[in-house]
Amino acid sequence: MNAALILAALAVALALASAASSLLAVRRRRALRLLALPLFGLAGLAALAAGLAALLTGEVGTATLPLGLPWLPSRVRLDALAGFFLAVIGVVSLAVGLYGPAYVRGFERARESLAALGGFSGLFLTGMLLVVLADDAFLFMVAWEVMSLSSYFLVAFQHEHAANRRAAFLYLLMAHIGGLAILLGYGVLASFGGGFGFDAMRAASCPPEWASVAFALAFLGFGMKAGLAPLHAWLPEAHPVAPSHISALMSGVMLKVAVYGFVRFVLDLLHQVHWQWGVAVLVIGCLSALLGVLYALMQHDLKRLLAYHSVENIGIIFIGLGLALLFVATGHALLGALALVAALYHTINHALFKGLLFLGAGAILHSTHERDLEQMGGLLRRMPWTGLFFLVGCISISALPPFNGFVSEWLTFQAALQAWQLESGVLRTLVPIASAVLALTGALAAACFVKVYGVAFLGQARSRHVRRARPVPLGMRAAQGLLAALCLVLGVLPTWVIGAINAVPRQLLGAGLPHATAHGWLWLTPVSAQTASYSAPLVVVLLAAMAGLSVWGLRRGAVRRIRRCDAWDCGFAPPSPRMQYTATAFSQPIRRVFALLFHIEESVSPRQNAPARYHLRVTDRAWGLLYTPVARLVESAARRVVRLQSGSLRVYLGWTLATLLVLLWTVS
Amino acid sequence: MTAAPWGAALLQALLYAALAPLLVGWVCKVKALLQNRRGAPVLQPYRDLYKLLVKEARVAHTASPLFRAAPYIVFVATWLAAATVPLVAVDLPTAAIADIIALVGLLALARFFLALAAMDVGTAFGGMGASREMLISALAEPAMLMAVFTLAMTAHSTNLASVIDHQLAGGIVLRPSFLFALGGLVLVAVAETGRIPVDNPATHLELTMIHEAMLLEYSGRHLALMEWAAQIKLLLYGALISNIFFPWGIGRSFAPAGLALGLAAVMLKLLMLGAALAVAETVLAKMRLFRAPAFLNLALLLALLGLLSHVILEVGT
Amino acid sequence: MSLTPLPLLQQLVLVLAAIVLLTSFVLLAQARLVSAIHVFAWQGALVAAVTTLVAAAGASPHLYFSALLTLVLKALLIPWMLHRLARRLELDRHVETLRWPTLVIMAAVALVIFSYWLVLPMVQERLAFTRNIVAVSLAVVLIGLLMMVFRQQAVAQVLGFMSMENGLFLAAVSATAGMPLVVELGVAFDVLVAMVLFGVFFFQIRESIESLDVDRLNRLKETAEEGE
Repeated sequence: MNAALILAALAVALALASAASSLLAVRRRRALRLLALPLFGLAGLAALAAGLAALLTGEVGTATLPLGLPWLPSRVRLDALAGFFLAVIGVVSLAVGLYGPAYVRGFERARESLAALGGFSGLFLTGMLLVVLADDAFLFMVAWEVMSLSSYFLVAFQHEHAANRRAAFLYLLMAHIGGLAILLGYGVLASFGGGFGFDAMRAASCPPEWASVAFALAFLGFGMKAGLAPLHAWLPEAHPVAPSHISALMSGVMLKVAVYGFVRFVLDLLHQVHWQWGVAVLVIGCLSALLGVLYALMQHDLKRLLAYHSVENIGIIFIGLGLALLFVATGHALLGALALVAALYHTINHALFKGLLFLGAGAILHSTHERDLEQMGGLLRRMPWTGLFFLVGCISISALPPFNGFVSEWLTFQAALQAWQLESGVLRTLVPIASAVLALTGALAAACFVKVYGVAFLGQARSRHVRRARPVPLGMRAAQGLLAALCLVLGVLPTWVIGAINAVPRQLLGAGLPHATAHGWLWLTPVSAQTASYSAPLVVVLLAAMAGLSVWGLRRGAVRRIRRCDAWDCGFAPPSPRMQYTATAFSQPIRRVFALLFHIEESVSPRQNAPARYHLRVTDRAWGLLYTPVARLVESAARRVVRLQSGSLRVYLGWTLATLLVLLWTVS
Repeated sequence: MTAAPWGAALLQALLYAALAPLLVGWVCKVKALLQNRRGAPVLQPYRDLYKLLVKEARVAHTASPLFRAAPYIVFVATWLAAATVPLVAVDLPTAAIADIIALVGLLALARFFLALAAMDVGTAFGGMGASREMLISALAEPAMLMAVFTLAMTAHSTNLASVIDHQLAGGIVLRPSFLFALGGLVLVAVAETGRIPVDNPATHLELTMIHEAMLLEYSGRHLALMEWAAQIKLLLYGALISNIFFPWGIGRSFAPAGLALGLAAVMLKLLMLGAALAVAETVLAKMRLFRAPAFLNLALLLALLGLLSHVILEVGT
Repeated sequence: MSLTPLPLLQQLVLVLAAIVLLTSFVLLAQARLVSAIHVFAWQGALVAAVTTLVAAAGASPHLYFSALLTLVLKALLIPWMLHRLARRLELDRHVETLRWPTLVIMAAVALVIFSYWLVLPMVQERLAFTRNIVAVSLAVVLIGLLMMVFRQQAVAQVLGFMSMENGLFLAAVSATAGMPLVVELGVAFDVLVAMVLFGVFFFQIRESIESLDVDRLNRLKETAEEGE
């Protein structure tokens, strides 16, 4: 048991303690924010430390727990991959632990059960930590179930509204379908490996068809949990409904645990990959990215918009993973390592900036009780710190330098650009087309976040309660500040981060990135210095220097003052808040250009003696194309099966007799 | 890290800031001559910038601190992006700081803050300009990146200095992929710099504005910085197109004679490019906003054909 | 095989072949009928130029004659006839937009990639240069057929048919250095006769169903039933 594993055990223990101490909240409601949430934050800190220790030392720690089945004791294993994901879980949980106390204060006077909130949060964290640490399929599936079930209860926390209950039910249904697929995938591997432990599965030699079946099952199961299109429909329903710090955890961390499961299954257990898998993952990743961002542009509920962006970013992560599979399958291990590093970098980036954005949305909800963008406006002056940190989040998610989102997209593009080394001409065409789709999604994401920030924080307030918003408490601001600072650090010092992540491809693929930091901490050269290089610290220094030079140069002299005046009004009445562009208006040109991909219901109904009524509804095409037909199929099949239940006792006895006869005949 | 390359890099950055208004003045002059007018002098943009710099800046009551910070961010990001494009010499260290993709990212950062500043004051015009600009830039980005990829797959690098070196080393080679990438990049450049037929830089009708609508509330030194940034962006795209596709004449060393020859060569190329732009602006009319996606789809198609002809026609096996 | 060692003449052939591919895309999406006819004329001229260059590179003199024939027929005579036809049918300013232009263009790009994949097994090194142009010509043929599927206007369908023929000619020129002269003259004459017949038929069609929308040709079914 090395130090990293001990820290990981401490993290799990603290998470369980957080869950247990929430039971005190049944009597004393303040126990949640005074005891349970700080323990939650400490668990996150321990997990972060454990992850960093595992990544930096590169050792692999294993241990056997006294749990599990009699012939299959549960084993845990902390290697570089698990360590990376532990760090991801840890940092977001730490921020949530800082944020939570001030946020749940608003729930203390309400009727909801705080014990449930705290208890299931703790169990949720425990489940995620154990999934990442598990070294055999049984512990993995049990922890996966704990994670899914506890998050179901968290999603259904405010269950008075029927919409919330429906969203929670859909979430539970899809989580279990995905879980079943994963279980079947493990079953295939276990039958060839002769055991449920991951060691046995690694040593298994599957024939290619069965390997593809296992891959398909794992892709289906983990993809459904991660929120890949077209199996993403539960994400925009479930994430907005949960309390904001839980949404941050779900979007920031739980989706990453699904990514962990996929990487572990395909790159570690099923280590012989085929290039067709890479193409499939690449195509689905592109589809998710594009559809996610387009649907996000059409939303005006802030949390639903952020949930659709999670679909987009998971698509980007899977684009990187698809490239990695392609390169590994065609024998280019170094390029595969580059693509894998790009995907992992985007994983940590997404956890950071999505967590930051959801915490910001929670802060807005806390101050104004408003989730609808069309009612917000001018919040930057009322909540300056939240506005600043939210701006950092917006810049990061739009992949703009010098923040972290840009570095992972740059790495993904660099990996895609190495496609000239592939032998197949068709693949050499497909990969650049995929990167063009990635470029389109990046630009659309920037458009969406200009809309979000511009409508919510800038301009004038569009409703009275938003005009009276108050700044949020210190804990919430500190948590957002921590995540924003990490976004900046990961953007400016990519060489350190890659130096840390390098242990993962070295362990999984046998090849790290030797040249990435070869020219010092200042230059990031993933392939070689002549191919491409990026120096984030120099970019920041030069930007700051040039800005300082301009400010100094222009503010000398007599005309230093500025004068305040009214905005340009064309000579008519002064602009009122209602004359501003709404969020729907901002995305209208994009809605018109991409109209084929949405399901739009738009109508204008004139009324007498009243202004005309405009109705617009944009829904997800996946519902009509995939979910409704499947639901109808299941219902019609169920209706046919119902005929077996005729209600007559003698018919049931007849069925029992028939089954008994068939069994006896088969056994003989 | 010797001094000569960094000195040359600094000189190049200053040249970008100094020459940008000259290019815009030249384009306006040629347009005026084509319209049978004498037109303003070529140095008029300098006088305009000076006039704006010494005027008092007026800021709306509803504007937030972001409104006042945005011009500096936009100017500095565009200037840094321009400084990485080789103008008079090839082997500059600034090309290693940010490659083509980082250049696109820096321009996107400038555009992000420009659009946010437009939405800051809370009028309808700013929202309109920001919304239209984000549509056009979203559709232009895949075309630009596809053209960049075609270049990068031939030169096996995204570092601008390496790409130009590769071009110079090959001699005169006719590549269909470069031809198509040139076409796509020219169309994208027209869209991104806001020239006719995508946007009219000289319009006064708010309902036809895209870039101007975002600058509507600015005045004084803030407006000077924004206008200067737009001029530097035009020079950036001009230098990119002329030095990548027609790199002959650019300085290979840092000797003063080589730099002077490089400067003369690039000025000649920019003169011709500016005249071509002026002719195009006179001959074409500004398109309706919802025709711009068709224009940008043509750019994407050209870039895509460039990639396909690279894979099919230029690399065997 | 990479580009730089090839002589300049062969590089020029590659450039012209790539521009022929561009013209077939433009033909596919061009809304104005008269502009489409002009684009088709340019396509014919480019194919004639490719033929001339191949003749100069390979020193087969009969290709000069077929280049001249292509130029006269495909770039001058047939476009003039189509132009005259369009004017007489009052289709001068006719604008017909595709219903889903983006999807059709994406399908055309997929056809290009597919035709490249198809010709990949031709691994003879000697043919590598021409093999790539065969991929481009096959793509032009398939895009011509795609155009006939997606365009509704009858004259646009003729253009699609003619551009298919251009693609086949380009393939023949680049792969086998031209067809025997007798075959070429026969094909050229057939194409000319087809043009004349098209012209006559279009008037007939317009009189029967009062439109030149090929989707409405199913109206002829009803008139036949009424007539019996």
